[in-house]
Amino acid sequence: MSTSTAAPPKAGPPSVESLTVKVDGRAIVVPKLSPDWQGKPAPTTMIQACEAAGVTVPHYCYHPKLPVAGNCRMCLVEFGTPALGPDRKPILNPDGTLKIAKSPRPAIACATPVSPNMEIYTTTPGVKQMREGVLEFLLINHPLDCPICDQAGECKLQEYSVEYGQAASRFAEQKVHKPKQVDLGPRLILDDERCILCSRCIRFTRDIVGDDALGFVNRGSYNTLTHYPGRPFDNNYTLNTADICPVGALTSKDFRFQMRVWFLRETPSLCTSCGTGCNLLIGSREDRIYRYVPRENEAVNGCWMCDAGRLNYGWVGRRDRLTECRMRHPKGGWQVTNWPALLAAVTEKLAQAAPGSVALIASARQTNEELYLLSRLATRLGALTDAVPRPGQADHLLVCADRNPNSTGARVMGLAATPLGANLPRILEGLRSGKVKTLVVFGEDVTALGVEPALLARLDAVIVSDILPSPTTELAHYLLPGCAHAEKRGTFTNVKGRVQKFMKAVEPRGDARPEWETLTELARGLCGLGNFGGIEGLFNQMALDIPAFEGLTWSKLGDGGANLVLPIPPQP
Amino acid sequence: MPAEFRLILKHADEPGYTPDLECYLRHDGYAALKKAVALAPKTLPDGKTLRPQEQLRQEVMNSGLRGRGGAGFSCGLKWSFVDRRSGKPVYLICNADESEPGTFKDRQIIHKDPHQLLEGMILSCWANDVHLAYIYIRGEMPGGARLLNQALAEARGAGLLGKNVLGTGYDLEIYVHRGAGAYICGEETGLIESLEGRRAYPRIKPPYFPAVLGLYQCPTIVNNVETLCAVKHIALMGGAAYAKLGTPNNTGTRIVSISGHVNRPGYYEVEVGRVTLGELILDPAFGGGLRPGRKLKAVIPGGSSAKVFKAGERFKIKRKGADGKETLVELDLLNLPYDFDTLIAAGSMSGSGALIVMDDTTDIVAALANIAEFYAHESCGQCTPCREGSLWMAKALRRLTSGQGRREDAEYLAKIADNIPGGRTICAFGEACSWPVQSFVAKFKEDFVARGVADEERRAKAGAGPSTTLKLAASPQS
Ligand SMILES: Cc1cc2nc3c(=O)[nH]c(=O)nc-3n(C[C@H](O)[C@H](O)[C@H](O)COP(=O)(O)O)c2cc1C
Ligand code: SF4
Ligand code: SF4
Ligand code: SF4
Ligand code: FES
Repeated sequence: MSTSTAAPPKAGPPSVESLTVKVDGRAIVVPKLSPDWQGKPAPTTMIQACEAAGVTVPHYCYHPKLPVAGNCRMCLVEFGTPALGPDRKPILNPDGTLKIAKSPRPAIACATPVSPNMEIYTTTPGVKQMREGVLEFLLINHPLDCPICDQAGECKLQEYSVEYGQAASRFAEQKVHKPKQVDLGPRLILDDERCILCSRCIRFTRDIVGDDALGFVNRGSYNTLTHYPGRPFDNNYTLNTADICPVGALTSKDFRFQMRVWFLRETPSLCTSCGTGCNLLIGSREDRIYRYVPRENEAVNGCWMCDAGRLNYGWVGRRDRLTECRMRHPKGGWQVTNWPALLAAVTEKLAQAAPGSVALIASARQTNEELYLLSRLATRLGALTDAVPRPGQADHLLVCADRNPNSTGARVMGLAATPLGANLPRILEGLRSGKVKTLVVFGEDVTALGVEPALLARLDAVIVSDILPSPTTELAHYLLPGCAHAEKRGTFTNVKGRVQKFMKAVEPRGDARPEWETLTELARGLCGLGNFGGIEGLFNQMALDIPAFEGLTWSKLGDGGANLVLPIPPQP
Repeated sequence: MPAEFRLILKHADEPGYTPDLECYLRHDGYAALKKAVALAPKTLPDGKTLRPQEQLRQEVMNSGLRGRGGAGFSCGLKWSFVDRRSGKPVYLICNADESEPGTFKDRQIIHKDPHQLLEGMILSCWANDVHLAYIYIRGEMPGGARLLNQALAEARGAGLLGKNVLGTGYDLEIYVHRGAGAYICGEETGLIESLEGRRAYPRIKPPYFPAVLGLYQCPTIVNNVETLCAVKHIALMGGAAYAKLGTPNNTGTRIVSISGHVNRPGYYEVEVGRVTLGELILDPAFGGGLRPGRKLKAVIPGGSSAKVFKAGERFKIKRKGADGKETLVELDLLNLPYDFDTLIAAGSMSGSGALIVMDDTTDIVAALANIAEFYAHESCGQCTPCREGSLWMAKALRRLTSGQGRREDAEYLAKIADNIPGGRTICAFGEACSWPVQSFVAKFKEDFVARGVADEERRAKAGAGPSTTLKLAASPQS
């Protein structure tokens, strides 16, 4: 995986100084300064200008989010600048245009700033020859083991060789041999023979993660990527190196040999492992998830995600997923039922509950839409509500201390206390005192919160929706099987108040169905709410009802999400 | 009669001349420094005043001094590029990494007259308002490092270095840093990386021009040992007088290292452009001619990375007369004046001033194989064309020198080499490794083709397969 389109210089306000350059004969205006890898303004480079002109410059070592290294030389272009006379004034052609002096030397587009009236040439025979030369050099010592390489299909060496390379290599010598299948750390395998020494992985690890763990040893063509001696390569971001490795040198142990990438369907989704809400793509085939890879979102995660979040998908496919609608017999024991019967029973049960006798414990892993519907139900029932906090440790990069993906949503809907869980003792007290007779639990194991099984057994009704079995689901009177986020659509609001949507990648298991659908029916029965016309309509209705969402619509969220209009005070 | 002109090496080889401060002082040592710091500010016709430091910079500019490290770039101009407005300190580094094969001049200065280098450095630092400087010395010269450290200690003791140099209020510290044995540490930005404690990976330019973003991202001057020594003489005699030495645009003196098949290999200091290649090789004052019965085959004029000259080559070269008019002259190889511009015009360069002479007993293929092996071993491996190309060429030449040649190998080598230089690489090592191959193969093509043909015929006779099924030369991992 290698997502590395050059950051096109953003069209700034008109006050931004700009200059005109020509790319392959086409004049274009670019700002003098464009964001560098850290987003700081820096002189616009040739590669950024080319990108803005819609001209792709092939590159290996350049990555818009990493410091420039300039080592692969794939991006070499030819260029010219206005010719100056002895008086240092530009010389004009007979037709009054600027005379351009072509530079005798090429320049690397990734590092060379543009200057006014510069002309960049990317299609000249000289450029073609330089690209062929670089590719030939990169391939002479490459093992060419594409048939068994995980990168095949998303390999820049394959791609560029087809697009810019020569048909045959002239190489008649023996290849350099280097270590293969190096166990670099707990999550990565390195094949040094495939490495093209672009140093992306080194720069990412050193300059983004701040862990100077990778480096080259030896010299010249024997240069070899390795990790710090005696210390496995192990930080929470190592797998990003496999993403940015332009070839198959770094591969994820988790994904190795699992699936050819061209068979994978990619679905835009979100990580649910913490409140940052890193954007990702789910790679799936035939309703099985094979991998998560980060999806670029400047406002959230850049191009990266943490290893823990990335590898946290196995539960979706667990065999013991809850897949049946169940009701408890009055005399004990389970009865498998169907949705109409289950929802009718739950609706009736809740309709009978006396005001003030219901408590609702929601999960901040549920979507905004689900939490919205729950809050409507809670209002109707006069229920005590809260959600369950998941505190963890934040790091310096992406991981945040809030391990729920949607605490903000839960708070904005008025379902959860601030801080999350502050109401839980009151709910517990109500349960113990007998005041609370009906408990609704969505996606949490309340026995872990100190609600003893005996207490649950005493209640009139325990209505539970969940994905995986827990002591609470075992004690439920009504069990509503729910969906993993990968099986439904919806939105989360991250800790910074960014509302982001995710799409459905795989089908739900068995009878499990998206909670927002279940809740829509319960809300229709209990609150008289109408049909929303799918998730889009539900989101739009929520945005009309909840002030913080004012002005947002499902379609306005786009791929990158949108910020809540009201600032959300952070949790202490 | 051509003769040496010893300016920098004036005393170095005198009997009894020792590398200590006391001896240096007896020979008028540090007189140039004392003279410079005593200068008064000068008022120009336009009313501006020039600080003494600026005056010395002006003298260096006027002297026409060109760098002796390899590129021959104007020293005064280099100094003028230094970003003096950045608010950051300016550093100076003496490049004493001398590793270009064939070159052995800087070490003469370091070993025999270290204080001359220090005086040149102190002057250069003072002129550029530098307060911290380094001598980056090649790792394989521990004796030189020791001598320099001794000299530094002596200079500090004598108030020539440290706080308040010679009572002027100017502070300067100089440290010796030893390299760890890599040719690429001589490339100025590789050197800076190495000095900062990293692999000597040369930096990309732009943006990392040393004059702006050098050592620790501060403006930095990197000069060769010999260049810095010349500054001392310019301070002493004045830029104009120095410019009278040598020839126009090729001023001063240069120490030429002569090695190879000559009777008197060694180092010789000459006025730039006042002696010819032929004189350097043949004259009894210099190389002293070839051994009996030998004929000249080839000369590398500027260290192993310079393009080779073939005996008998003739060149048409534009030369500027005293009146400034350009005339086209035809010159024989041996009549080429040994200077910067002529050798460039003749398609090579004077580089580090190292003349490598090869007579007709030389196996030219083996000679190139030897050079290619060096560059394959020394390429830092950072950028693709040089990293892969240098080893590819060395492997092809290993094959050609081990009986596995092919008739197409000359062309094959040329094609590899053509994809490396001309700005395709991060640093000039790309040129350094490809120029020898390009020039050897072009000028001695018959030697390469003959070797390939002979190998093919011998293999055919022995019943080995066609040239495409080669038994490949083993590639030892370095
Ligand atoms: C591969 C390579 C090796 C070099 N090695 C040396 C060296 O050993 N000594 C040196 O003075 N300059 C060396 N140079 C030149 C330096 O980069 C730099 O130009 C020089 O030190 C500047 O000093 P000068 O202007 O006084 O000549 C080398 C350049 C290259 C490209
Ligand atoms: S492992 Fe991949 S990312 Fe790292 S240097 Fe090699 S090719 Fe580049
Ligand atoms: S930082 Fe948080 S949201 Fe991002 S990948 Fe890691 S756990 Fe998931
Ligand atoms: S040209 Fe050669 S020595 Fe210079 S940076 Fe590139 S690989 Fe290193
Ligand atoms: S992309 Fe510019 S040198 Fe690698």
